[in-house]
Amino acid sequence: MKRSSEPFFWAMFSAGGTLAAFLFPAIAIVLWVAPALGWSEPLSREQLVSLLEPVWVRLGLWVFVSLCFFHWGHRFRFTLYDGLQLKHLFGLIAAVCYGGATALSLLAAYTLLNFS
Amino acid sequence: MNESYRTYHPRWYRRRVPIFWWLRQLTYIKFISRELTSLGVGYGAVLLLAQIWAASAGETTYERFLGVLMSPPVVIVNLIVLTALLFHSFTWLHLAPKALVLYLGDRRLPESMVLFGHYLAWIVTSGLVVWFVVGGWA
Amino acid sequence: MSDTVELEVFRYRPEEQLEPSWDTFEVPLRKEWMILDALNHVKDQIDGSLSYRWACRMGVCGSCGMTVNGKPVLTCATYLSSQAKNGRVRVEPLRGFPVIRDLISDIQDFIAKLKKVKAWIVRDEEKPLSEGAYLQTPQQLAKYKQYSMCINCLLCYAACPIYPLEPEFIGPAAIALAQRYNMDSRDQGAEKRMGVLSQDEGIWSCTFVGECSVVCPKNVDPAGAIQRYKLEATSSWFKSLLMPWRGR
Repeated sequence: MKRSSEPFFWAMFSAGGTLAAFLFPAIAIVLWVAPALGWSEPLSREQLVSLLEPVWVRLGLWVFVSLCFFHWGHRFRFTLYDGLQLKHLFGLIAAVCYGGATALSLLAAYTLLNFS
Repeated sequence: MNESYRTYHPRWYRRRVPIFWWLRQLTYIKFISRELTSLGVGYGAVLLLAQIWAASAGETTYERFLGVLMSPPVVIVNLIVLTALLFHSFTWLHLAPKALVLYLGDRRLPESMVLFGHYLAWIVTSGLVVWFVVGGWA
Repeated sequence: MSDTVELEVFRYRPEEQLEPSWDTFEVPLRKEWMILDALNHVKDQIDGSLSYRWACRMGVCGSCGMTVNGKPVLTCATYLSSQAKNGRVRVEPLRGFPVIRDLISDIQDFIAKLKKVKAWIVRDEEKPLSEGAYLQTPQQLAKYKQYSMCINCLLCYAACPIYPLEPEFIGPAAIALAQRYNMDSRDQGAEKRMGVLSQDEGIWSCTFVGECSVVCPKNVDPAGAIQRYKLEATSSWFKSLLMPWRGR
């Protein structure tokens, strides 16, 4: 029987979900919520530039955001299938979800590569 | 006698599933809310990328970005997104022990232990994020 | 507390009706009664035409599953009083399945899926009788015992929101039973089952809603069985992709 390719997308979804679960609340609080509530100063441009200077940081960030995009894509695809019963639009949904995730990952690569 | 009924070809009744089946039970509402946190994850990734792009585009662009970031509507949205991210983390950590069944020799590790390990990892990684951003590694 | 309760029962007699209807019966509210006792009272004393399945009346055969007040339960194991909070108990056939008559669902789809996943011991070679029985340690038994407790009551299929949307979905009980055999030390069929389970209509339709495990009267935890298999199927998929020389 032909092997389904779902395991690949599920692996991306799982990896993205795990990274997001462990890292995102802290990132969101430190970068966006704490400054907004006056608990800290927003990250200055100098600080951000110096943090992103090493290649491994930018590479790690690219892996992180890309997996987050694929986590969204896979999960949202099934939300549309089951929540709105749109399974018959599987081609369009796959294009929007995985195509979108791919496009966003490429955009992320471009942004982080050209960072200075 | 119902004419469309045939003795050897019974007409079975099939019930339709309503589109908003997930609004009919609290457990399903919780499920859909959990699934919709993926939008929070996607938004967060986009916002992170936007902040990085703004920094690379120059000081004025970055200042404008921070201005938008601190504006009340965006702050409210970000607070909602933070709630979604926390809900994602919480539900993800609690579902992990169901999938991650580990054996120590012949004995299965209790689910509570796997969960505890995940919470520990969450605290440690969150601490690492804060430490990294405040420049502790420099 | 009143001493009677209204039982609203789903009726469907295909030889008389095009559409189903609801009949209301007033039954005594006895504190020791299960929903099944109320149904038996209706059939014995009020309307003998009511059709429904039941057998052991003690929660081990899996025959009496129905949807009561929106929740899939074993009617022999659910107290009438616990469901009669608003003076009204609504009983319908298990959701997700076609209705044959009154409270009887057609479960042939599930039977076909049990065959599809080969829910039995699969051996490449049978041991001859002269060599005696297959031996199994308590630890080996413990690996699959939980999944062997399934009584095929199909409450999990009624609880699963995916199953009515995707009739091809193999479903919680069938996958849990496949796992029961995959994890049995006497079984050699894991490879064959992988081809069936790791498909869109297999484990990949499941989005871990988790309701199946919540309603299971035997604590089989089919949701856990499915998620464990997702991990296994994914690692097997990557292994066959990155190390194709390894014998599968």
